[in-house]
Amino acid sequence: MSTQVVEAPTHVEEIDEEATRHEDRPWVVIVWNDPINLMSYVTLVFKQLFGYSQAKATKLMLQVHNEGKAVVSSGTREKAELDVSRLHAHGLWATMQQD
Amino acid sequence: MLLRGIDRRRDGTFRVRLPRSEREVLAAIPGQLREAIAADDPSLFRLFPPAFADDDEANEEYAGLVGSGLVEGKVLALAELERTAFAEQLTEDELRCWLGGLESLRLVLGTQLGVTEETYVGFDEHDPDAPRVALFHWLTWLQEEAIQALSS
Repeated sequence: MSTQVVEAPTHVEEIDEEATRHEDRPWVVIVWNDPINLMSYVTLVFKQLFGYSQAKATKLMLQVHNEGKAVVSSGTREKAELDVSRLHAHGLWATMQQD
Repeated sequence: MLLRGIDRRRDGTFRVRLPRSEREVLAAIPGQLREAIAADDPSLFRLFPPAFADDDEANEEYAGLVGSGLVEGKVLALAELERTAFAEQLTEDELRCWLGGLESLRLVLGTQLGVTEETYVGFDEHDPDAPRVALFHWLTWLQEEAIQALSS
């Protein structure tokens, strides 16, 4: 019995830790390739929305173009949701998921 | 030589050189799309994509949160494009509305036409959709002009 008493809180603690870790995992924003958006346009939007340099924006755009998708930003759920909505406002195909 | 296109001027505004026939197209088509958006036409899904790949509940919540703002922004850009279609000179804000309006027009027309990477390579004049494909190519050219002018 005494063993059970000791074990129980440990078990609860583990679950809590797991839940916290899950919530803490950052959200990533993914932009998907599509045949309508122009390469120059996608680069311009990355620069404008995220303040990325020409080099970084171009690299991400090429990754979208060549690999079909790229992670363009990450952070809390609220930040990811805001970034996705700004990308949608500019016509890009963006989704978010937990890393 | 007939010069067509969009250039940045020294005072920070933009000069637009387009024949009247092309401006008439630009003045006519945004209204059609604005009406389709107002009617919540399902073929416009590409303008308002889901934020989550496989979570309907989260997508509903997202649409409730930002949906009306997204609609408002796109309708505003289209209205500004329509309003300034015959302008010889545009402010940067006005040109950004052209860019956004052209983006929405290309997304919807491109989706309807089933545009692929190959669409950009050749033009088939015998295609029954040829007039609309030509319109898509013209919108693409004009959007690229706006991008280059804003990036210059």
